[in-house]
Amino acid sequence: MDILYLLVPLSVVLVFFIIGGIWWAIYRGQFEDVDKEGERILKD
Amino acid sequence: MAFVNSQATTYNDKVVRQFAIMTVVWGVVGMLVGVIIAAQLAWPELNLGIEYLSFGRLRPLHTNAVIFAFGGCGLFATSYYVVQRTCQVRLFGEKLAAFTFWGWQIVILSAAISLPLGFTSGKEYAELEWPIDILITVIWVSYAIVFFGTVGTRKVKHIYVANWFFGAFILAVALLHLVNSAAIPVGAMKSYSAYAGVQDAMVQWWYGHNAVGFFLTAGFLGMMYYFIPKQAGRPVYSYRLSIVHFWALIFTYMWAGPHHLHYTALPDWTQSVGMVFSLILLAPSWGGMINGIMTLSGAWHKLRDDPILRFLIVSLSFYGMSTFEGPMMSIKTVNALSHFTDWTIGHVHSGALGWVGMVTMGSMYYLIPKLFGQKEMYSIKAIEIHFYTATIGIVLYIAALWISGVMQGLMWRSINADGTLTYTFVESVKASFPFYVLRLIGGLLYLIGMVIMLWNTVKTATSGRAATVTIPTNVAHA
Repeated sequence: MDILYLLVPLSVVLVFFIIGGIWWAIYRGQFEDVDKEGERILKD
Repeated sequence: MAFVNSQATTYNDKVVRQFAIMTVVWGVVGMLVGVIIAAQLAWPELNLGIEYLSFGRLRPLHTNAVIFAFGGCGLFATSYYVVQRTCQVRLFGEKLAAFTFWGWQIVILSAAISLPLGFTSGKEYAELEWPIDILITVIWVSYAIVFFGTVGTRKVKHIYVANWFFGAFILAVALLHLVNSAAIPVGAMKSYSAYAGVQDAMVQWWYGHNAVGFFLTAGFLGMMYYFIPKQAGRPVYSYRLSIVHFWALIFTYMWAGPHHLHYTALPDWTQSVGMVFSLILLAPSWGGMINGIMTLSGAWHKLRDDPILRFLIVSLSFYGMSTFEGPMMSIKTVNALSHFTDWTIGHVHSGALGWVGMVTMGSMYYLIPKLFGQKEMYSIKAIEIHFYTATIGIVLYIAALWISGVMQGLMWRSINADGTLTYTFVESVKASFPFYVLRLIGGLLYLIGMVIMLWNTVKTATSGRAATVTIPTNVAHA
């Protein structure tokens, strides 16, 4: 079961990255005008 | 800060073109090896007594070729294309991008040589020995720099959802590769895993299932989220849903690995974690499927005339099937029947041929004409024929292995009144023979479809010119 000493901390680090990513996405304006973003790719 | 790629006025489609062509080429190669090994299972004489052509050595060549050569080149091509178009900036790291192309081809060739020679780590989807693993790491770091560098120098503030999927795929694969390939080299092409016993098994199947979840799912969902809207001419059905199911998917997938180790020496609680998270996974997976299919809401009629759209939408129905079947097979009682049988292989191929194969084909049929300054592929009829041979091939393949798999499971567990086994193992092998033939036919049809695609691609490329596309200057925000 020793692998857990590696896997659990690794997963915790991963979770921090995920939380960081979500925080950045929400508070740095990724979701300001979500409906328009879906349409945007059709324009180029 | 001024980066070289930010000043450029054209997209780097050269590397996209290179990867797109090789996607089709490696598709044919990988599927051909698949057909050969399928034939060997039905007729072992086809091993020909030559060690380089033996089933045991060709099987990993097939899996590596279709996943990393076919799938990998497809992901490189589409991620490089999509990230540029949605960020409205040229690819970051010109030379690095070129290095990822040539480097990846060297990895593929190294696999094609070393695997038949018998060099293997014995880890599924991670068979390549340590020197090749190091090369993969170098290329992958370069890939991450190119991709995230492009996102970092983007001219559009919003990062389109496909790029989140591509980004997660790149980061997850880096993590998975580094952890699972950790080994102690003892010779030029020989190493021993850093892990042992059931711990090694757990690391291997954490890797193996996340190879499916991130390489074969998240990456291709990125593809889907760009090419379905583009081909259908409609925006994603629910952009909000795409964001929500993305986060749910990438979190849940990490925990599903133990479902490969039910009723093994792996602790019961770990098996239960794998089972429960695999069941939960059904929801975010179907979120993606529904989102993609419902993008056609109000435009269903397009499916009548557009075979490319058919590839893309049908790929999602196979995706939905596989992401329902998978959670079901993760249930311990179900797994007690299915483990080690052909049902597992049937499930794999339902996802691989149905979802991964078809979404790649649809995306390439959209992409390749554009890369050669053409309005569409050389022959639309050929795309239609490909669609039908592929679909019929898949259905034959899966049905054959469902029957074969359940039969094997039932035969192996059948006990007489006095407690002895009803069947010998070899009796179940003999009973599987007709289904191996049927599976071979299904796979052969799928390969024929891929060959048609190669023909169509060559005709399209040679009757067109490599196109150079200018980056639009009418960007919204920076």
